[in-house]
Amino acid sequence: MTSYEPIAQVPRLRRSRATRAKTALKKAPFSAWFGLLVILGYVIVAVFAHWIAPYGETQVFSEAFAPWSQQFKLGTDQLGRDMLTRLIYGARNTIGIAVATTLLSFAVGVSLGLLAALYRGWLDQILSRAVDVLMSIPSLIFALVLLSIFGSSITSLIIIIALLDSTRVFRLARAVGLNVAVMEYVEVARLRGEGPKWIVAKEILPNVMPPLVAEFGLRFCFVFLTIAALSFLGVGIQPPTADWGSMVRENATLITYGDVTPLLPAGAIALLTVSVNFVVDWFLHATSGLRDER
Amino acid sequence: MNPVARTVLQRLGLGLVTLFIVSIIIFSAIAMLPGDFARAMLGQSATPETVAAFQREIGIDRPPVERYFVWVGQMLHGDFGSSFASRTGYRRTVAEIIAPRLYNTMFLASMTALIAVPLALGLGILAALYRNGWFDRLVNAVTLTTISFPEFFVAYMLAYLVISRDTFIGSEFAQSLPHWLALSLNWILNAVPKFPTLSNVNDQTPFWEHVWRVALPAITLTLVIVAHMMRMTRAAIINMLASPYIDMARLKGMSPMAIVLRHALPNAWAPIVTVVAFNLAYLVVGVVVVEVVFVYPGIGQLMVDAVKSRDVPVVQACALIFAATYILLNLTADVISIATNPRLLHPR
Amino acid sequence: MKGSGPASREKGKDLLQIRNLHVEGFSDERWHPIVRGVDLALKRGEVLGLIGESGAGKSTIGLAAMGYAKPGCRITRGSILFDGIDLLALSETGRRRLRGSRIAYVAQSAAASFNPAHRLLDQTVETVVAHGIASREKANRSAVDLYRRLQLPDPETIGFRYPHQVAGGQLQRAMTAMAMACRPDLIVFDEPTTALDVTTQVEVLASIRNIVEEFNTAAIYVTHDLAVVAQMADRIMVLRHGLTVEEAETRQMLASPSQEYTKTLWAVRKLAKPEVPADEYLLTIDNVTAAYARTVKVLQNVSIKVPRGRTVAVVGESGSGKSTLARVVTGLLPPLSGSISFAGQALSKALKTRPKEILRRIQMIYQMPDNALNPRQTVEEVIARPLEFYLGLKGAQRDRRIGELMHMVEMSETYLDRLPAELSGGQKQRVCIARALAADPELIICDEITSALDQIVQEEILKLLMRLQRELGMSYIFITHDIAIVRAIADEIVVMHQGKVVEQGLKSEILTPPHAPYTERLLSSVPEMDPDWLTRLLASRRM
Repeated sequence: MTSYEPIAQVPRLRRSRATRAKTALKKAPFSAWFGLLVILGYVIVAVFAHWIAPYGETQVFSEAFAPWSQQFKLGTDQLGRDMLTRLIYGARNTIGIAVATTLLSFAVGVSLGLLAALYRGWLDQILSRAVDVLMSIPSLIFALVLLSIFGSSITSLIIIIALLDSTRVFRLARAVGLNVAVMEYVEVARLRGEGPKWIVAKEILPNVMPPLVAEFGLRFCFVFLTIAALSFLGVGIQPPTADWGSMVRENATLITYGDVTPLLPAGAIALLTVSVNFVVDWFLHATSGLRDER
Repeated sequence: MNPVARTVLQRLGLGLVTLFIVSIIIFSAIAMLPGDFARAMLGQSATPETVAAFQREIGIDRPPVERYFVWVGQMLHGDFGSSFASRTGYRRTVAEIIAPRLYNTMFLASMTALIAVPLALGLGILAALYRNGWFDRLVNAVTLTTISFPEFFVAYMLAYLVISRDTFIGSEFAQSLPHWLALSLNWILNAVPKFPTLSNVNDQTPFWEHVWRVALPAITLTLVIVAHMMRMTRAAIINMLASPYIDMARLKGMSPMAIVLRHALPNAWAPIVTVVAFNLAYLVVGVVVVEVVFVYPGIGQLMVDAVKSRDVPVVQACALIFAATYILLNLTADVISIATNPRLLHPR
Repeated sequence: MKGSGPASREKGKDLLQIRNLHVEGFSDERWHPIVRGVDLALKRGEVLGLIGESGAGKSTIGLAAMGYAKPGCRITRGSILFDGIDLLALSETGRRRLRGSRIAYVAQSAAASFNPAHRLLDQTVETVVAHGIASREKANRSAVDLYRRLQLPDPETIGFRYPHQVAGGQLQRAMTAMAMACRPDLIVFDEPTTALDVTTQVEVLASIRNIVEEFNTAAIYVTHDLAVVAQMADRIMVLRHGLTVEEAETRQMLASPSQEYTKTLWAVRKLAKPEVPADEYLLTIDNVTAAYARTVKVLQNVSIKVPRGRTVAVVGESGSGKSTLARVVTGLLPPLSGSISFAGQALSKALKTRPKEILRRIQMIYQMPDNALNPRQTVEEVIARPLEFYLGLKGAQRDRRIGELMHMVEMSETYLDRLPAELSGGQKQRVCIARALAADPELIICDEITSALDQIVQEEILKLLMRLQRELGMSYIFITHDIAIVRAIADEIVVMHQGKVVEQGLKSEILTPPHAPYTERLLSSVPEMDPDWLTRLLASRRM
């Protein structure tokens, strides 16, 4: 150690997890607050879509491409369905599917990544080489190939994207897992004679949580954007399910007449990913406790 | 053997193996097709004879290993097989469908790379040098925002901007604004060049006309790529500027220019090349969406259409081209990193 | 410094004057003081030693003498006059012109501070050429001359090598040549030998002292080792928490320090445990050979006996295999051949095949308590686990035992709910000791457990371990590179070199002549608290 660290200042009293979270929140920058509020808003809309939406998800009215009015706040789409309603249900479907996909991707990626980090050897070799190969195909392209074979049902969409995305989660989980697995406190536990269950649950998991939580946010954004892109391309979430990506595509012609309506679902996607990124940025900053140059 | 040559050869070998495995994966796609696929493709009215003929055509009646080697062999001769869209007496080969579109996609990708790479590296280095200053903060906020945008959002925003130069002044929104504000907004919008919002080109399109028509897709891709590449460049440079030998150079009284050029740059090739390759590979993906938005006849749009019509030979060919490009880019980055590593260049 | 070289510059005139220096560093979203008002003066040709523990601000002052603050630090107050020039009033360009040419710097880690992309020679002459002092050819010739004066092997060709092709001690001397290239008035040495082994350190110290004397260069020598600075400096300044404790001529400082704190800087050297001969052996390592990846042999035919209730110090330099020995005993690295017996029974080679009861009886304490404590577990969780795991203690019984253990390592029970990050370095090591004691072991392996700690804390930990041994009667295998610690605690000594046991026996036998040749070199290389030690040693070695 060099002598640049300040005079040893050991905090006197240990604060509980809740109060520490509260002080961290108080110090959070504006962008993080903004992000948290927006995410909260999206979640509320998604959960209560059924009660908030003025009409039914697939309810069709006589006029297609109706302009904004009292009856249709944001007009109607190419089949005469209320845009606002579709937008609200879209929150539920698009976010729900993205969250499910990210969760699945993490379940697979984290468990395999930590196993590989802990046991090394042939298991690690096989998994790592397999991931190398999977990652040598761009995931959107790979997804397109698989979707052309299995068709675009919501289940196959979730499974395909989750598996492709879990490769990246695997890499991160393995890397941070390796960093922790070589620490001497893990060696202490092994010398003590602890079993692998205890070592993973008590020694490794608590120490890999912060980077994994941050990665969850980033992976969610990526998955969310991938699904939106696929739906936009017409091979993702299929009609009549309301979804932001396909809403953009179906109503894109309106843009040529200078109508912003089709940009709204795209903007909704952008706003959510920006918010998640803001929160993750702050979280990384707060948990690492380091300036980037040191 | 020279360690650089040895490591490079190792990497090339590994790249070939990867390409081989990837080709197997993509090939097995056709083997995984459901049994009634032929009937689904040909429609209910197809006679059993046509179904059998189609199955023979796509080769489901032969053993997979044989089919794989025939497929690879044909591909090495430039024969990617026939599209499922072929009909009796009217054979559409995959190669003839892909060739002009591949050129178009390469055109768009190279144009984007030519703008984006120097721009991103320049901005990234500037942000790293003046880190935590206002320029860095601004660039950080802007790029964090742009990387969160779906490509089609950026694309349509740009298209909307171009369209608004004609439609804005007559819109209800403009009329609800104070007159002077509407006029000045209109004046600003009119400064936007009237880029074509549909990038329709064909093989007769002259070169500069081609450039003009792909302006919007190229700008869209540039915006997306630059944000990513710039952030990664910044991180790589900052990481390197924190090394003790850079501190030492400062304490030796070297000028900032000498520090960057003599001390930082020779060690920065590997991280910078990795960043560039990563983002050019990302371009491969971005191209698909952007081509669809601007109806640009490239290989990405072709692939999406083929996926929708389940034209598997075309999907396979496109996927193989994308994957090969991707592997090649990463391989190039690896080789450059190895070739500039002083520890490998000058072994003990 | 004594002696006189080709002194072209007038000796004895003021060169550097620092007044009321304040430096702050940024962490935890706040600016913290690092240096809090230090005055310092240096004459031409004089060497000033800055000494203190971690966090004393000594390196920061060294850098400030160049008008430089590390990224994340800032000089907030004070004045720095170098040869009449106010460095803080000067423009950055002006300061840059002085750096390298008139004030040079030698860093702690030469391996990290040389640019991996350029040859040593190019880096050595870079400042000369950049500041326009001499032509490239002339600079190259003069660099070769410097290499020769610094006793580098093959001075004509070593400059054409890249940093990763040169060993640590030589690299450190090459860095001194680089600093000397412009014949500066002042060189700041920032712990230049801390990362080196003792036998290498002597050679580097000798070359540095030689060349500084020869060119009559003034120097600021920053270190935490008083014995080292005694060889190098004319005058010594003791720092603590960013303040000056005292300042005096070297001989006077060593003979009669005026401050109590100064004495604690050589606290460990005053400890000496009387040795007790063995009466019964607990652990016997017989003819053990071990290797990583089955090829690189790191231990060759090692046989060691550890008596019950005594301390065996295993001493050696880096690469001697002493830490590997610990891994073999704990079962982490099963040996290729040989056998180990513990309390009369053969010990199975691999960790997995050892019964829980054996694991309990052999415990280990590590060098870096930061890495050995899980940052997410409280002190209580850390100590409680072995109690539950080995002894099945629960509830009130367990809590009582935790209290006893905390008492044994002299810590208050109020620390039980703290996380490691909320403890000081010494406290963390005490928690590690408590964790080892919780298993009620018969043998504790201590791997360099005090080398990351300051002197005064080292002394406390060593005293604690000796008391615990008297009370509880367990054996220690004490792995260290520090002879002072060996003197302080050992009953028996094992000297290791390149994977082999050079010598072993009672402390008194090993530490008194005649020695084996390697032991002789090792022992004689350990700096002593005597300003003439290095001079004497060099004279005796030359004979």
